Amino acid sequence: MKLNEKSAHELHEMLIAKKISSVELTEEVFKEIDEKENKVGAYVTLTKEEALKSAKIVDEKISRGEEIKILSGIPCAIKDNICTKGIKTTCASKILENFIPPYDATVMTKLSAINPVVVGKSNMDEFAMGGSTENSGFHVTHNPHDLERVPGGSSGGSAAAVAGGEAIFALGSDTGGSIRQPASFCGVVGMKPTYGRVSRYGLVAYASSLDQIGPITKDVTDCAHVLNIISGHDEMDSTSSPAEVPDFTKSLIADVKNLKIGLPKEYFVEGMDSEVETAVRNAAKIFEKLGATLKEISLPHTDVSISTYYLIAPAEAATNLERYDGVSYGARVDGIDVVDMMKNTRSEKFGEEVKRRIMIGNYALSAGYYDAYYLKALKVRTLIQKDFTDAFKDVDVILAPTAPTAAYKIGEMISDPLKMYLQDICTVPLNLAGLPGISVPCGKTKNNLPIGFQLIGKALDESTLIQAAFTYEKEFLK
Amino acid sequence: MEYEAVIGLEIHSELKTATKIFCGCATTFGAEQNTHTCPVCLGLPGVLPSVNRKVVEFAIKAGLATNCKINQYSKFDRKNYYYPDLPKNWQTSQYDLPIAEHGWVEIDVEGKRKKIRLTRIHMEEDAGKLVHSGTTIKDSATSNVDYNRTGVPLIEIVSEPDMRSAAEARAYMEKIKSILEYIDVSNCRMEEGNLRADINVSLRPIGSDKLGTRTEMKNINSFKSLEDAINYEIERQADVLDDGGKIIQETRTWNPEKGITQSMRSKEDAHDYRYMPEPDLPPIVTSAEEIESFKKSLPELPDARRERLTKEYGLSDYDAGIITSSRAMAEYFDSVIAEGVDAKIAANWIMGDLSKNLNAENLTIENSPVDAKRLAQMILLIDKGTISGKIAKTVFVEMWKSQDSPEKIVKDKGLVQITDTSAIEGIVDEVIAKNQKAVEEYKAGKKKAIGALVGQIMKATKGKANPQMVNEMLSKKLN
Repeated sequence: MKLNEKSAHELHEMLIAKKISSVELTEEVFKEIDEKENKVGAYVTLTKEEALKSAKIVDEKISRGEEIKILSGIPCAIKDNICTKGIKTTCASKILENFIPPYDATVMTKLSAINPVVVGKSNMDEFAMGGSTENSGFHVTHNPHDLERVPGGSSGGSAAAVAGGEAIFALGSDTGGSIRQPASFCGVVGMKPTYGRVSRYGLVAYASSLDQIGPITKDVTDCAHVLNIISGHDEMDSTSSPAEVPDFTKSLIADVKNLKIGLPKEYFVEGMDSEVETAVRNAAKIFEKLGATLKEISLPHTDVSISTYYLIAPAEAATNLERYDGVSYGARVDGIDVVDMMKNTRSEKFGEEVKRRIMIGNYALSAGYYDAYYLKALKVRTLIQKDFTDAFKDVDVILAPTAPTAAYKIGEMISDPLKMYLQDICTVPLNLAGLPGISVPCGKTKNNLPIGFQLIGKALDESTLIQAAFTYEKEFLK
Repeated sequence: MEYEAVIGLEIHSELKTATKIFCGCATTFGAEQNTHTCPVCLGLPGVLPSVNRKVVEFAIKAGLATNCKINQYSKFDRKNYYYPDLPKNWQTSQYDLPIAEHGWVEIDVEGKRKKIRLTRIHMEEDAGKLVHSGTTIKDSATSNVDYNRTGVPLIEIVSEPDMRSAAEARAYMEKIKSILEYIDVSNCRMEEGNLRADINVSLRPIGSDKLGTRTEMKNINSFKSLEDAINYEIERQADVLDDGGKIIQETRTWNPEKGITQSMRSKEDAHDYRYMPEPDLPPIVTSAEEIESFKKSLPELPDARRERLTKEYGLSDYDAGIITSSRAMAEYFDSVIAEGVDAKIAANWIMGDLSKNLNAENLTIENSPVDAKRLAQMILLIDKGTISGKIAKTVFVEMWKSQDSPEKIVKDKGLVQITDTSAIEGIVDEVIAKNQKAVEEYKAGKKKAIGALVGQIMKATKGKANPQMVNEMLSKKLN
């Protein structure tokens, strides 16, 4: 096994045993990048110089006999909507093509405490709007398992980087499935924590009440380690949870005895890929074999979650993206006066999908339409939340497919936005309910494409998700 | 036709918190451009607001001081519109759940007391300031933005359309200013723009209870402009209606140089603000205990203070109203009487010579060259008979010019009142001798004639003689 195929916790052991150095490891990752990045396109910006500098610092610490933290010196990718001080943060949008933040996102401040080796800023759907990374303003990212296919999205760059050995772990963001779905398409582990578990300060907002930063990793153990570092209340984010953060690695226990798992019938939808369904049902059987009990449950408002999501998210996005006006930062396209300049800048520099969502959002918020659309969506949202509250009276976690299909071909869906939106059916309800979810690989299609299942947990109960996912993973990898 | 004006005000007041509403930047006025900024108030990608609880406290106090109901559950909303001085292109404001609602204040105009209802008070952030290369945005090749003011906390106080004249509108705005000063939540410096009003004016035939079409005038920042703009708008609308025309619902600007209002934009061009609950801020929840403690911390308010002054000191309602109209003046008054001065005399001096001089030099009472202590010392000199009330006016003028004590001025200028009869015996005799006509009239029973004689003596003594003593001396000599 090549170094860059190993997990972070394995590499950590090798680092402290001085079997490898962080610089060697980083060079190895960049060698991989040199070889495949022109085909995969996982990154918007590469930061080799800074990465090697960081790696060297970690190596010096090791050679001085200092203790290093678990993810220290391990190469990682940061989704390009997370602000990195002094390093371009573009959200894969031409409107922020040259934007260099003067501050670090809170997750970056937390990460910097462990000397991370940031390989680069990973590609994404522009402003996280999309599920295939085809909406990047710069280039399409390809799935390392099949270069003709999408890596999923919007954190497609992060998932592709981890899956393809161009990073050991990554940070993504998930507004309607943007961590879990690409993780499932790329055969890696991805978690959307509970809304409020991780500070959003410095995450460029798409839909504020839904966005959440989370880890994309090679296995569940790494997921727990990354989550340990990035979680916690932040004064800079009033929506971050004041709840205490448990040590998630304490949940890396192979035991699901008596765990009650719900299987929501609405998630095994018509038109769902039969290979995906089989793989997810097999995963359920493995859980049962390991001592968990299965129960069919109902989340009755699942069918309206897409329409609810596609009103709330665009409405929030429409206002969040108002700031890109060419006045004080970002791209500017001149005009005859200031209004004309703003219009030109936004017309030319935003991509099609972004403009579509801005228009939907503004429509939903307009005078005379607000009650019928936005307000209605907020009400339905509470019904969706209630579905979960009711379900969790009977079960501990919910098991469902992450996406109805495996990775599809580049170009296959892009011309049909509605069809593409329907792909989010299994992931958006969690965001609307603010709940945590983890996507775990559970096999491959006959075309050798990864399939993932999703475990949904109660609010702030990532620990149970990690324990269940860890148990499954151990069994699955046997 | 005879019309009745219907006027409502939206008053914006900057709150005097040390830091901005959603970040830690300073709010001080007049700093070098763009030095009081940070990623949050600049609205950079990825930033999030955090509410300054002091702003909530100040807004609640304003609500309590204006008899509002405080909403224990309140929230912020995004008010969306594009303007280059607004970095996010939305203003974080409050829409359907403002911090305070349903209040009222009382005003006194032409001896009549009237209640003006408040619809609501809500919190919001101020915008930045455009700095044009020319005089207006239209004739400028370039404009820069100063973001220092971006995020300075504001409260917007919305009245019901309860005012019927420019004088009432002025009295209402003065009352609001006075209350905000009393509770110490705003500096209310109109010249710095931290108190400004949008005015809505409409007309209707007298006797009608239907509202006419209104026009709005924005950003009025002086009492004079407020009155002038309203009076102009009332006349303009009356002319339009008398000519059979219709009032167009629009926003107009007040041009103080020309003394007219001008159309700015019509209702059709009005923004659709697309209000949306602010998802980055949790609702503002305030406990009943907190509200109670804010209530307890409020100082005595102008109306209560006025009542106390009339009861405790026997001031007329009118005088007490003027003295208590500003907290600074009321405190000045308190300081004067604390020195043992009679309240009515103190009030007369403050409303008379002191106010006259302050107004002439455009000074506020806080910056008065004659502080309360010196004024009190001077009044006490009158009480003691050291100087006459008339001489006191001269002493006051001298005090205005120098920082000398009134005693020193009286001594240096030789203004001490003559209370020794022997010192003016000669002058009295001389005046009697020279004014035999008046003397005869007096003796014939026309008692008033003595006044002319007193006047002559006062003149001869340069006002230093004690008038009562002169009176007594004359009576004695002439009877």
